[in-house]
Amino acid sequence: MTNGREIEIFSRQTGPEADVKRRARVLMKGNEAIAEAAVQAGCDAYFGYPITPQAELLEWMARRMLGLGRVFVQAESELGAINMALGAAATGARVMVSSSSPGISLMAEAMSYMAGSGTPMVLVNIMRAGPGLGGIGPSQSDYFQATKGHGHGDYHLPVLAPASIGEAIELMATAFELAERYRTPVMLVADGILGQAMEPVDLRFRTPERHVFDWALTGAAGRPARIVKSIDLDPEILEKRNLALQHKYRDIARHEVRWESWQLEDADLAIVAYGTAARVARSAIAKARDKGIRVGLFRPITLWPFPERELARLSRRLGGILTVELSSGQMVEDVRLAVEGRCPVSFHGRMGGLVPTPDEVLGALKALSARVARTREAERHDQVANRGEFGSRHTGEGADTDDGVRVGTHRGARR
Amino acid sequence: MTLHTPAPASPGASAARLIYRKPDVLLDRSTHYCPGCGHGIVHRLLAEIMTELELPAHTIAVAPVGCAVFAYDYLNVDFVEAPHGRAPAVATGIRRVRPEAFVLTYQGDGDLAAIGTAEIVHAAARGERITAIFVNNGIYGMTGGQMAPTTLLGQRTTSSPDGRDAALMGFPIRITEMLAQLPGVTYAARGTVADVAGIGKLKSMIKRACQVQMNGGGFSIVEALSNCPVGWGMTPLESLEHLKGPVVEAYPLGVIVDRGASASAQSGSGGALGRAGAAGESDAPRPREA
Repeated sequence: MTNGREIEIFSRQTGPEADVKRRARVLMKGNEAIAEAAVQAGCDAYFGYPITPQAELLEWMARRMLGLGRVFVQAESELGAINMALGAAATGARVMVSSSSPGISLMAEAMSYMAGSGTPMVLVNIMRAGPGLGGIGPSQSDYFQATKGHGHGDYHLPVLAPASIGEAIELMATAFELAERYRTPVMLVADGILGQAMEPVDLRFRTPERHVFDWALTGAAGRPARIVKSIDLDPEILEKRNLALQHKYRDIARHEVRWESWQLEDADLAIVAYGTAARVARSAIAKARDKGIRVGLFRPITLWPFPERELARLSRRLGGILTVELSSGQMVEDVRLAVEGRCPVSFHGRMGGLVPTPDEVLGALKALSARVARTREAERHDQVANRGEFGSRHTGEGADTDDGVRVGTHRGARR
Repeated sequence: MTLHTPAPASPGASAARLIYRKPDVLLDRSTHYCPGCGHGIVHRLLAEIMTELELPAHTIAVAPVGCAVFAYDYLNVDFVEAPHGRAPAVATGIRRVRPEAFVLTYQGDGDLAAIGTAEIVHAAARGERITAIFVNNGIYGMTGGQMAPTTLLGQRTTSSPDGRDAALMGFPIRITEMLAQLPGVTYAARGTVADVAGIGKLKSMIKRACQVQMNGGGFSIVEALSNCPVGWGMTPLESLEHLKGPVVEAYPLGVIVDRGASASAQSGSGGALGRAGAAGESDAPRPREA
């Protein structure tokens, strides 16, 4: 295992500017790599509270930040941690917190305040299985929380979802950039596997450019006093603030959508998956292609903004889509909203800290493939024998079942 | 805003004519506080002290949730809004990244002694170099006069309509004494806005708390016993009498702990710290009558 000192020496020897050929690969745990990426991104202050499976992140920051003369505080709770971050961020500092699912729930309050007051911050959620205390196994069951709800009020956060430790390193720098560019909290979500697994990692760290903020609280010397706040009791003014927020979110949705396509050029089917689920999907896709099923991967990297236009475009030429998640089926709702019934969307997921195997996903793909074939056959039949009596069965609503698929871990397009 | 105050006096002729001047840091606005409320007095004391200690230009203050939620409308310094009860954590974050700033929280008793107990206790335990102004009026004023943890036994509120019953609702909490137990707390005191003499003593307590922070001390807190005529169902004058009577009896006035004074006495730098006219100095975690 590497430690902070080795990394420091290593990064001094190579550095971001160093020749790519000389850049060695280091075996690193995901939590540690994410932490070091934050350090290298110029994080001024880290506030945390111990929780599995992200404790190594906190420990790494404890070792690194104080040694660099930066701020590390282990708070009394996740509430304490994120509110310390709120205070530090309000002064213009580059600030980060991290936790895992139950702790993220506690942080929801301050996230809403920060979204409302336009306070930049990066929050890392190493997701574990819920609900409640749940378990410590990997999970993606916080998708709704990250992208739909979390705290109260009309707000969104950019949500970044790496599928490898190397990508997590890059996205940490991106997270700080987005936070400061748009004055918003940004969340990076990774399941417990990405946090706990070790992978060879390219130390391609990046330090986002520093800006002087005209809103930061630095003491009102020689200028009018500044206020960082979310409250406005006048409904007209509060609506204006909300409209400005929504304008910002449209801006983010226009410019910051990230996704990856893999083997989709000739594909008839696609798997939509992110994070660890996308890695399982790749293995399943390789197996499926060996069996002649033309399938590729569509991997959202930003969960919000969701790559809906790109997925909508793709769905026009697909026979069907399988969504794979480490949850009961959360992102699949956004997939269906983007697809708008243009092709059947089925789902396969595991919960409780379990991860679907490539063979499970292959089974779900085969079921989808058979269902698509049936739908096409039925459509052909409809076209010949019956002109529009019940309209097209193309949406698949209630028309098909996922025969041969395990009850409880699969769901058809019947919702 | 435009301030209509006399031009700054040159140290010559006109200085003698200037008896009192509203501190620039106090903005020229009428407050949203109810008639007779003590918050305005505490705001004014803060403004005077910040001006006397030349603090406004490097102050970063934290506004609470509660009646003082709009404190930044009246005090012309940088302000951040904290979620309910979280002001000490927010102040901790500011302190850690801005060592040169003067960091102040302004909290009520619902904010500090109920929902924010974890934050205030741990900020104090860490000895964060911040100053907490704790206005205790024994009630949730802004939401319509509900029972607070500081509400006196027997006191009627909208959520204790038959009076606070210890068997059902527990006892009033003396949180400043609790905090004073912690070695991270350099200064803890309790004053009141009940009368002119009390206001004078309260001012010296707040000034001392600010000086503790300026001199590199740890956590400092001043509890200001205040009134809530509307929430208490009294006229302003009745509420002041009540404040001087049963409230002060339940929450004794005085300096509860001043570790800064003994530390400076030991190190021989008491002069630099100044005693600032505090009501008294004691290491004993027990209030002394002021």
